Amino acid sequence: MNYKLIFSISKSMLLARLRQTSVAAIGVTFSICMFITLLSFMTGLNDLLDGLILNRTAHVRLFNEIKPNDKQPINTSADFKNTYNFVQSVKAVNSRKELYNSEAIMNAVKKDDRVLGLAPKISAPVFFNGGSVDIAGVINGIDVEAESKLFFFNDYVVKGTSIDIKNVSNSIVLGKGLADKLLVNIGDVVQVITSQGEQFPLKVVGIFQSGLNDIDKVQSFASIATAQKLLGKNNNYITDIQIKLHDVKQAPEIAKEYSQLFETDAEDIQTANSQFETGSSVRTIISYSVGITLLIVAGFGIYNILNMMIYEKMESIAILKATGFSGKDVQLIFIVIALTIGIIGGLLGLLLGFSLSSVIDQIPFNTASLPTITTYPINYNPKFYIIGAIFSVITTFLAGWFPASKASKVDPVIIIRGK
Amino acid sequence: MSEIILQAKNINKSFHDPITIPVLKDISFTVNKGEFVSVIGKSGCGKSTLLYILSTMDTDYQGELFIDNETMTNKKEAKLAQIRNQKIGFVFQFHYLLNEFTALQNVMLPGLKLKKYSEQEVEHRAMERLKKLGIEQLALKPANQLSGGEKQRVAIARALINDPAIIMGDEPTGNLDKRNGQIVFDIFKQLAEELNQTLLIVTHDSEFARNSHRIIEMEDGRIIKQ
Repeated sequence: MNYKLIFSISKSMLLARLRQTSVAAIGVTFSICMFITLLSFMTGLNDLLDGLILNRTAHVRLFNEIKPNDKQPINTSADFKNTYNFVQSVKAVNSRKELYNSEAIMNAVKKDDRVLGLAPKISAPVFFNGGSVDIAGVINGIDVEAESKLFFFNDYVVKGTSIDIKNVSNSIVLGKGLADKLLVNIGDVVQVITSQGEQFPLKVVGIFQSGLNDIDKVQSFASIATAQKLLGKNNNYITDIQIKLHDVKQAPEIAKEYSQLFETDAEDIQTANSQFETGSSVRTIISYSVGITLLIVAGFGIYNILNMMIYEKMESIAILKATGFSGKDVQLIFIVIALTIGIIGGLLGLLLGFSLSSVIDQIPFNTASLPTITTYPINYNPKFYIIGAIFSVITTFLAGWFPASKASKVDPVIIIRGK
Repeated sequence: MSEIILQAKNINKSFHDPITIPVLKDISFTVNKGEFVSVIGKSGCGKSTLLYILSTMDTDYQGELFIDNETMTNKKEAKLAQIRNQKIGFVFQFHYLLNEFTALQNVMLPGLKLKKYSEQEVEHRAMERLKKLGIEQLALKPANQLSGGEKQRVAIARALINDPAIIMGDEPTGNLDKRNGQIVFDIFKQLAEELNQTLLIVTHDSEFARNSHRIIEMEDGRIIKQ
């Protein structure tokens, strides 16, 4: 087939009807632009909202749940092995909340290739003494470096510096809501009463704002050593190990595995935060369907314009056929026209979509609950651009295919005689 | 006996809409190389219909058709297109140039499609033919800026580009004034006599027909005189 000739004929026909074809191309441009912008913005927002929780949540968390023991003594006795034992009024014992042998667990987990990193944690329920009232809260003993690296702790410390809780002994980073309630600022000292009834003075070195008010009102952070001191425990005492994986999808499987291996409770992120997953997937589906609808509408525009073009070009088609162009050649000419519209329109759309998302990215977006966000979030995932490009080519190809097949079936005799 | 270029054997055709009407009845004739044949007859006698069957564009008929000793009956559409491209040159009543192209490009198109020569050669050949028809100065003009007579001469140049076995014309002078009609006729005559080009022209211009080598006269779907 003589492609050069086909292309030059298509080009001439396109240029002869420049205005019409431009309108079709603009349709594609517009829809691709909206597709890109919508998806970038929507997923940017999704990532932001998910990040609010998921960034700070461990993919797998190892801990000891307070619950009644599954293995009641009578069941382990050989004498009662073949009987069914009823034990009434089973209660959870205030056994140790710590993870047994935490040091060994951490070493084993660190060696696992699937694990990105881990951060040990102690959570200690306390009361903050604010004059005449005591406010219930939680002090999380954390390894601030690991926490910053894996869970972006640094991003949420709005005042002071997070590393100070490691460098300054007996120091604390308070949630913003909590600090407001206690009327304290950096440099002040808060009185903390542990669940054992001991009172401790801690120096405030930072204020923390997560964006979730409920968290900011109760949570505070101290170094692991400080937390151990508060609870009167030795330096092996760890209540939680938070693990971040390379692939979050493996979490349920790994959680199960660790739970058996280390004989602890293990919770995966999917179980802990299933609602976020659902929310973001629904939002993504909505944005994709709106974007694809736009593209299909643009496809119909191209279909219409090509159809009109074919009616106008009946004579030319008849002539081409009479002088030796086959139906296939004619079909190819019109498909090339459609694809040219699609490719040019699509490329412009990608560029325009990128610019529009960059513009949105510059619009200020300040909310008190999101300290790290200053502009509207945009996700510049190249995936959207690839999908947009492929889809624009596919829709225009289909939109061109039907009119082109029609053109290929034009009977030159009817046109030439009919005049 | 000279070489046979076109042979029609017992060609029959009917229109079936809304009722079956036979339009061509048992048409058989041959055209030899270098002959200038005109087909005449009253409107509706089937002469144009016959021409489109002979041109391979209309394939809905019974009988057999040979061009250059090759049967055209029951061939695929793409194959027929290729044969039209190579062996048949067309001149229509209404000029039918592609308005998106210049005169030269219009002439070159079937040549480029055939791909027998390189683009430069096709362009050279196209210019040669335009020169021969005395319209080389129009080569770079867009087709829609040409006059009727000029268009028809460009169309003849286009018909000649691939050195076809036969040129077919459907009332090529029907839409031209007397002077332009004469010019076109002279070109045909010259092609037949100087270049031994075979021509088959449908016309209802009896003067045109009289001056050709041979007349096939049709009436009611039959050849009544040849």
